[in-house]
Order: sequence, then structure tokens, then C-alpha cells
Amino acid sequence: MSEYAVELRNVVKTFVTPEGSTINAVDHVDMQIRHGEFFSMLGSSGCGKTTSLRMIAGFEWPTRGEVFIDGEPQGHRPPFQRKVNTVFQSYALFQHMTVFENVAFGLQMDKVPAEEIKRRVGEALAMVKLTGLEKRYPRQLSGGQQQRVALARALVKRPKVLLLDEPLGALDLKLRKEMQLELKTLQREVGITFVFVTHDQEEALSMSDRIAVMSHGKVMQIGTPVEIYERPRNKFVADFIGETNLLDGTVRAVQDKWLMVFVPALQAEVRALNNGEFRAGQQVSLSIRPEKIRLVEKPSECVNCFPAQVRQVAYIGADTRVIAQVIQSTLRVWEQNMVSTLDPDAYFQQNEQAWAVLPPENLLALPVD
Amino acid sequence: MNPHRRSPFVLVMTVLVFLFLYVPIFVLVLYSFNASRTNVTFEGFITAFGPLKTQGSLVVQSPCGPFHWFCDLTRNQEVMTAARNTLTIAFVSTIVSTIIGTMAAIALQRHDFKIKPFAQLSLYIPIVIPEIVMGIGILTLFSQVFTWVNTTFNLPPDARLTLGMGTVIVSHIAFSVPFVTLVVQARLQGFDKAYEEAAMDLGANELVTFWRVTLPMLLPGVLSGALLAFTLSLDDFVITFFTTGPGSTTLPIYVYGLLRRIITPQVNALSTVWILIVLIAVFVIQRMENRESI
Repeated sequence: MSEYAVELRNVVKTFVTPEGSTINAVDHVDMQIRHGEFFSMLGSSGCGKTTSLRMIAGFEWPTRGEVFIDGEPQGHRPPFQRKVNTVFQSYALFQHMTVFENVAFGLQMDKVPAEEIKRRVGEALAMVKLTGLEKRYPRQLSGGQQQRVALARALVKRPKVLLLDEPLGALDLKLRKEMQLELKTLQREVGITFVFVTHDQEEALSMSDRIAVMSHGKVMQIGTPVEIYERPRNKFVADFIGETNLLDGTVRAVQDKWLMVFVPALQAEVRALNNGEFRAGQQVSLSIRPEKIRLVEKPSECVNCFPAQVRQVAYIGADTRVIAQVIQSTLRVWEQNMVSTLDPDAYFQQNEQAWAVLPPENLLALPVD
Repeated sequence: MNPHRRSPFVLVMTVLVFLFLYVPIFVLVLYSFNASRTNVTFEGFITAFGPLKTQGSLVVQSPCGPFHWFCDLTRNQEVMTAARNTLTIAFVSTIVSTIIGTMAAIALQRHDFKIKPFAQLSLYIPIVIPEIVMGIGILTLFSQVFTWVNTTFNLPPDARLTLGMGTVIVSHIAFSVPFVTLVVQARLQGFDKAYEEAAMDLGANELVTFWRVTLPMLLPGVLSGALLAFTLSLDDFVITFFTTGPGSTTLPIYVYGLLRRIITPQVNALSTVWILIVLIAVFVIQRMENRESI
């Protein structure tokens, strides 16, 4: 067994547009997916995530670079010779076949004996809780049930890697949440590597072991959900995953794990976390999440604290979302509603004066692209 | 006011449309049971069974009773030959044009090539140009090519290429292919290529994918195309008239020949049988289509 279940090495996929120009849908992508991992590719439409998945499946061939599955280079191998199976966004269930025939199809292609097919299809349908619906046709099933058939049809072949192309996109919100949990549980049970394509960041964060954030055909960052959210490597990831405030500035000094950055919009020098990449004199963007800024009436300790004026307030239950004017910058601040009270003084009001505290350990310095 | 109230105008129109469509067919079928040999007016049914007995222009008694003209038809060798020719031509041209038309539709859907717009346009031309023009064109082509082949290779008289079943079949295939292609193309419009990808993903190669997934899913379209080709071939007169030769007379050509002499109830009996065949074909195909789209 090789080190990685799937590896993309310097993969490029070029398409010709109808206007005749070329575009790199996937642009020099390197990705290593470990065995048994729940790996997600996350990005908005056109970021190259689906094309990358299709190159692993064999529906597209890389223009340059190589796709490895379990250490073997795949070259121009057709899909039917690859040890991966796909769950399609549209499910692509064969409309003229029953549930049983759909799930049995892949095993018939492998010339598995009839009795074994019967047993394994039964097991697969039990796994996705569809026992008893063998004789139904796809159009007689609900969206969620069709989704499960598609899953059973791919898993019954016991692939090395299961590829899922936005499989929950067509389901309504409630069903999607249920299926997210079920998929994750299923993945742990079968221990198969899942490569999951989605544009829904919450979905990716809640399900994945690791996430590749993609944009314009390039991988912006690969990491665990915590790494992606807490330590974004660039402005794109910081902004794309969750929400953030970005402040441009110049590094004045480096003090081992801290940077002193002059931020013109705050007319002051602030202390920020140094990830070791920056030198004095460099331009940086400082990123701080709205929930990591504290808004207080009187600051007790004062590192990176600035007078603020509350501009807008939105109470949304779990927290109160404030837009505050801090010197010359506008910051989004989310204050968690820790105490249950009806007292209006407990919440910030419009035009109220306060202090914004930007704790240095929450201020990340990022390159200015 | 109830917006769904039936307007008398709509009712009258509906009744009129159905009358115009079905009264001629009803009369035609009724007259195939006519006791009158001249078939000008309906003189009642032949009620008595027994040896043939006539009274003036009326048939009073027949071994087949009211079905006298149908029995009479089976004894008519020319009709039987024409019927056999018609069905042979229809079956062969339907099968061949369905295969070619389906392949063309898939090729046009799946591949991009330089002459694609031209190829697509060329499918509409045989449908829109007058049949007589196409008939003359095909006849000219056949006679030119045949003359050239016959003289160039100096073929003996019994081996010479002539008009006949072969030329009729080829011409029927030629005018049926565009219809099949367009019908199958319509079906392909809504065909998601993910179905084929799913089959290949599950281990089916291109050929197995085509037979087990693509074709079964296209089958309703292919069957509709085949039915269209079959009925077009069955009742084609104009193009057949130009491309037929001795020994390959089809029913439409034969009936036209009869009409120029006398109209006997035999012609009606023939038409009745014909309608029955087409109805059965439509019924069978519809059943197959419905089963496909459960």
C-alpha cells in the first residue's frame, strides 16, 4: 500500500473556450489524500474542484501532470479501469433499472457470481437503510432515497476511494444536515477514503478531516478545518471561510513571535501574531475574525485597544452583530450573548461609544497577495 | 363566471374535427362490407353464407358471408404480392433507417465537427422539399448510375442493374433517416451524460455502456422513430412511384392502378386490413414505450 490513496502531482487541465482562447480550469495542483481520510475540495463554482474530481475518476485527463491512485499513475486510463467510484450530483441512477439492478450493475461488470451479488447488494442497501425497496424504480423514490441508492451503488464495489460530487446539493436543508451526519458515520464505518466536493463551507468544516480550499484552478490552502479557519495562509482563505476584518499595514519591527505593524486606518502601531514569514518594512494584511474582537465599555488591559463608535446593531439570538467605526476603519464585531436578560443596557446600542480590543494573538498577519 | 365553463363553440369545433377525421375512415370500412359490387351506394351487408350467388350487381350469398371482399382479396394474387412487397420494404427500410438515424443522432449530439451545421441542415432538406422533387432526383441518380455501371462493365441482360425492390428500399431508407434522427435527437436533448459516466465509473466499457444504459434510455425515442419510418414507408406513393420497377409494386401503387379502372369493395377491404395493421403497430409500440417509462 502506498503512502497516499490519491495524489495529484502538478496537475493542469486546460479547456478551450467557445471563443477559442484557452483557460486552465485546474492550474498546477498538488494534492495528497491519505488513506481513510475524509477529504473535501471547497470552493465556489468554476474553482476547479469538480474538474479535479473528474480527473481522479477518469472522466477527464490532465493536460499536464499526473494523477496517482494508491501509488499507481493513472495516465489515460478510462474510468472503468480505475479503483474509484463516484456519487454524482444528479445521482445518475439508471431510470430503466430497479434499485436492486442499479446497485448490482457494478458487480455484474466485475463478473461477480449471482449469489454473491444478491448478498452484497442486500448488505449495501441495509447499510444505507433501504432494505425492502429493491424492486422500486428510481422515480418512485424520494430525493433522499435516491441519494442513498447512489451511495450504495458506488460503495457496493468496495472502491479504494469514493468520490462525491456535491452529493447533497439537491436535498433540502433539513435532509442535508441529516445526510451530512450519516455520511460521516458511514465513512468511519467503512473506512474508505472519501473525496468530497462542495461549495458549502459549513458542510466542509463539519465533515472533513482535511479541506483543500480552491480558487481559480489553484489550491489556496490544504489543512484541517481548525487550521483553515484559525490559521488561514492568505487573504483569500481568510475571507472565503467564515467572515473576517482585514487591515492593511506595514511591518515596523519583529519581536520573536510578535510583529509590530503600523496600520494607517487605525493611525497606530498594533501588535500581531508572527508566523515567521515577515520582515520589517514589508506590507501585510492583518486578519481578525468578528467574534475575536472584544467590544467593551472600559478596557482593563490595553494592548491594541481603540475607541469605537457603534454604527449598527443586529441582535440575532446567539450573538449581537455590531458594525463599529474604529478610527478610520469599519470593523465587524460579534459579541456573544452570554447572559440571558431583557435589560437593554446589556446590549450595545447605536451610536454608543465603546472600546474595541483586538487581542494580538487573534490578529493574523497575511501576505498582501 | 366559471372560467372552465365549456363554450359551445369549442364543443362544435371538437365534434367537427372528429367528424372530418373519422367519418371517411368509418365509411371506408363500412363499404368494405358492401353487398354492391359497384360500390357507389351502400346496399347492405351480405348476410347469407354459402356458394357465391349474385343478383345483378348485388352479391347475395358468399362462402365468407359479410367478409366476402376480404376472402376475395386473398384470392387476388396481385394484391398478395403487393402486400408482401410493401411489408418487406417497410420492415427492411425501418430497421436500416432506425439504425442509421439513431447513430447519426448520437454522433450529432456527442461530437463537434466542422461540417456539423451542414449535416444538421441536410437532415431537414429531405423533409421540407416536395416529395416529387426527391422522387425525380432519386430516379435520375439511379438511372444514371445504373446506365454507367451496366455499360462500363458490359453486364449481360440478366445481371443488369434495374429498378426494383432494391431501389425502392434504398429510397425509403433515404427519406426515413432524417425523421428517425430528429426524433432520437429530441430524446437525446434531455439525456444527461452523467448516466454514461456512471456506467463507466461502475466498470462498463463504452460498448457495454451503450447497450446497457444509453440505448435502453433512448429506446422510447428510437421506437417512435422506427414507428414513424414504418408508417412513412407503408403509405409512401410518390417516391415509390418513381423508383419502383416490374415485380416490386407496392400496395399504394396497386390501389392507384385499381382506382383508374373501377372501385370495387375489394379496395375498401384492402384499406381496412391496412388500417388494422397500422393500428396494431402503433398499439404495440405504445405499449413498449409505456413499459419503458414506468
